Amino acid sequence: LAKSCPGQETVTLYLRGVALRGRRPRPAPPSTSPPPASTSHPIKQEDNLTETRLVSHSQITRLYSRFTSLDKGENGTLSREDFQRIPELAINPLGDRIINAFFPEGEDQVNFRGFMRILAHFRPIEDNEKKSVAVSEPLNSRTNKLLFAFRLYDLDRDDKISREELLQVLRMMVGVNISDDQLGSIADRTIQEADTNGDNSISFNEFIKVLEKVDVEQKMSIRFLH
Amino acid sequence: MGTFALHALLLLALCCSAGKCELQESETSAQTDSPGVDPFMSGPDEPQASPVEDRANLPVFTMDYPRIQVPFEFTMWVLLASFAKIGFNIYHKITIWIPESCLLISIGLIVGAIMHSVKEEPPAVLNSNVFFLYMLPLIVLDSGYFMPTRPFFENVGTVLWYAVVGTLWNSIGIGISLFAICQFEVFGVQDINLQENLLFASIVSTVDPVAALNVFDDIGVNEQTYIIIFGEGLFNDAVTVVLYNMFTFLAALPVVESTDVFLGTAQFLVVAAGGVLFGLVFGFVAAFTTRFTHGVRQIEPLFVFLYSYLAYLVAECFAISSVMALITCAITMKYYVEENVSQSSCTTIRHVVKMLATISETLIFFFLGVVTITTEHEWNWAYILFTLLFAFVWRGIGMLVLTQIINPFRTVPLNFTDQFGLAYGGLRGAICFALVFTLPDSINRKDLFVTASIAVITFTVFIQGISIRPILEYMNIRKTNKDVDTINVEIHTRTMEHVLSGVEDLCGQWSHYYWKDKFKKFNDRVLRRILLRHNRAESSIVSLYKRLELQSAIGLLDSPMGDLGAAPSLLPLHDERKEATRPKKKFLAADVRKMHHILSKNMYNIRQKTMAYTNKYDLPDDSQNREILICRHASVRRSLRAASFRQPVSFFILFIVGWTPSRGPGGPPPDRPHHLLGRTLGTTGVPEVRRVRASGAGRPQGGVIRIGRTKGNRRTGTEENTRHYYGTPRGGAEAQGVDDWKY
Repeated sequence: LAKSCPGQETVTLYLRGVALRGRRPRPAPPSTSPPPASTSHPIKQEDNLTETRLVSHSQITRLYSRFTSLDKGENGTLSREDFQRIPELAINPLGDRIINAFFPEGEDQVNFRGFMRILAHFRPIEDNEKKSVAVSEPLNSRTNKLLFAFRLYDLDRDDKISREELLQVLRMMVGVNISDDQLGSIADRTIQEADTNGDNSISFNEFIKVLEKVDVEQKMSIRFLH
Repeated sequence: MGTFALHALLLLALCCSAGKCELQESETSAQTDSPGVDPFMSGPDEPQASPVEDRANLPVFTMDYPRIQVPFEFTMWVLLASFAKIGFNIYHKITIWIPESCLLISIGLIVGAIMHSVKEEPPAVLNSNVFFLYMLPLIVLDSGYFMPTRPFFENVGTVLWYAVVGTLWNSIGIGISLFAICQFEVFGVQDINLQENLLFASIVSTVDPVAALNVFDDIGVNEQTYIIIFGEGLFNDAVTVVLYNMFTFLAALPVVESTDVFLGTAQFLVVAAGGVLFGLVFGFVAAFTTRFTHGVRQIEPLFVFLYSYLAYLVAECFAISSVMALITCAITMKYYVEENVSQSSCTTIRHVVKMLATISETLIFFFLGVVTITTEHEWNWAYILFTLLFAFVWRGIGMLVLTQIINPFRTVPLNFTDQFGLAYGGLRGAICFALVFTLPDSINRKDLFVTASIAVITFTVFIQGISIRPILEYMNIRKTNKDVDTINVEIHTRTMEHVLSGVEDLCGQWSHYYWKDKFKKFNDRVLRRILLRHNRAESSIVSLYKRLELQSAIGLLDSPMGDLGAAPSLLPLHDERKEATRPKKKFLAADVRKMHHILSKNMYNIRQKTMAYTNKYDLPDDSQNREILICRHASVRRSLRAASFRQPVSFFILFIVGWTPSRGPGGPPPDRPHHLLGRTLGTTGVPEVRRVRASGAGRPQGGVIRIGRTKGNRRTGTEENTRHYYGTPRGGAEAQGVDDWKY
């Protein structure tokens, strides 16, 4: 494992980068930028404001191993094809959407930081985090988890789930035995339930409201990412 | 009702034939007294034997039952048991509440009662040889072959922990408690010594969680619990057989010394490790053999059975755990053999394995019922009731204690419902039954043991088997929120579950990652080169397509669903103003309920909850996966196409999924000599994808078939898809020396 890792510094650099992004969204510094002066404990440096790290050190090394094993081209980035190779993802009805979520707008490659950034959404929310007042929301807050799910529906990023978008996702999720009419009615009903401002589509706030009773934190958390 | 009438007729026939056989035997025995009689002519007149008798005519119609007796009766028993299964499946509602094992035992009881009343003896199925050499290997082969390897190896520590330590705990606990009971004179069982108690306890502590698996299947228990109980049931067969042999040996000794215990432990380790080793050896040899069978496809399935049976027999010969050998052989073999053999052989192997195992298991439960009535019983209230009690109690305690110890080591700890399911689902079954019959006769209270075992089996199978479903459903219902969800909640929660499942799969496995990685490297570098015929760059997608047997793809692609896996870039633009002005529909409560119903029946389950592994009596159900993969096939093709221009290795994948770089409209000529990806319905009706060896493989060439875009209409292009995608007839390709690409 030590051989496959690029080195301790880079790993902790990624960690810093991810931690930084999680707390203060700002344009990403390039991954090869030199670390600041005191790099002896870069993790602890950032922990003045947040109690816990975004992802623990051992998880980072594991995820990096996974990243490199997926990266068949060995160029440090993953393409869509690398994701399509995962057989369990192939039989996931929302596989395409999930894969797309990893790639930023218009890009075809994702590096490790981007990979970690998306995975950070799925970290469980710990109790002490709920109470701490962070500067800005961490990536794994309830709102951000819901935003992730919302973006799965909303492909054109207009902050609204239209009937057509909803139908597409529905069609992916149901079997072959439902007719288009039935699915259309279900979509209509869905929009009707959620839509409060009458524009026949679901905005993000309406989405949050409709799911207020659902334990999103539990449904969108990978247990072993703490 | 027809089947029951048929049943009754069959029973009658069986009894009559059995009765007739006696008559016949007495006739022929009388005949053989006179010298020179031709034994094959059982007609009443023998002109050569007794010249004194009248001249007889040529017998037009004779019957020679003894000649066919043994195979005939065997066939009738199997047929009877199979009719029982048909009957259960017709009345499907019964099997939801009452596990199949219960029903089989009941039918067996009825048949046993009938046989007892006509004073007929059941066939000697349950002597040691028949069970251990013929019936047990079939069941074990099925378990080993259909073992879901990935979850199993993720949980292997836990499974072995429960199987080995749990069985030991149960055996010793029950044994010692029963020995304590035996000390009381009032129960009348003082003559059972400690070794015999331990022996009996080891028999009684084997669990056979078939019914529990069925219930878990329907409720949708999580993957972890499922694989633990499956693995435990599998491995404690092995452990019990080892313990049984050990305790039998010890029971014969008058005094047990500490060296014997030490030797026993050593023997246990040798037996277990030896079993695994034998299994590996035979598995690799089998895989290597199938590398060369491309010319003799018809007998390919045979090798799987022959080698696994050999592994079993050879291990039996050396008194090593044959069950472990067989399981290991099956697991090892499956991975390589399924890549080497043709698709139809693959299907044949699976079906035959399942068929043999089902017959074997059915017969065992059936005979349990029959033999219950017809054997000599010795009933001792105290001993039997205490056995039941201790079996129950010790399993419960054992489960709690063991789980407490192992939970910290697990990434996903087992909660109370899981533990309860595991403990309560520990039903006893076939192995327990067979082992008790093979107890040596030197044990003087053998009849008591037989009765007690049958009582325990019957109790657990009937009472626990029937009640586990309502209890688990109650516990599950209490946990999940059964409020009236809105449609939104139902849809979006399922979306989130799919997303989570997908991301978890993306992250890969977590435990034992280091070893898996090492093994994978070794596998790729060494094993695959030796054992596989076509060692391609391993593409799991390819093997996934093959595993899902995508011959049904033709059917699905012809349906309107064929091309609906829209990639994001193909989202049609839609005028959203029109949306706002669309009149709102009214939805009644009944409509909403109907929608809930439709959704809950039709939405795909998330992967961890689909028991694609095995329901013990059925072949693995991959239909959901197939549907999803077909729908996503288009997008899988699309993304692989984009990558093909960068990496040569992905070109193979392209080949497989039949994509091509763009080509002009008009479709390909059907007899393109190279780069032909054809998919035909062979003579067996099962399509095989064939690939002509391409010249210049490794770079995308212009000569590849274009898939389905000729008309420019994605929706209705299914017919065109089919035509271009599935290419030339098999005969022509064969003549050119085509490589068989098993799809």
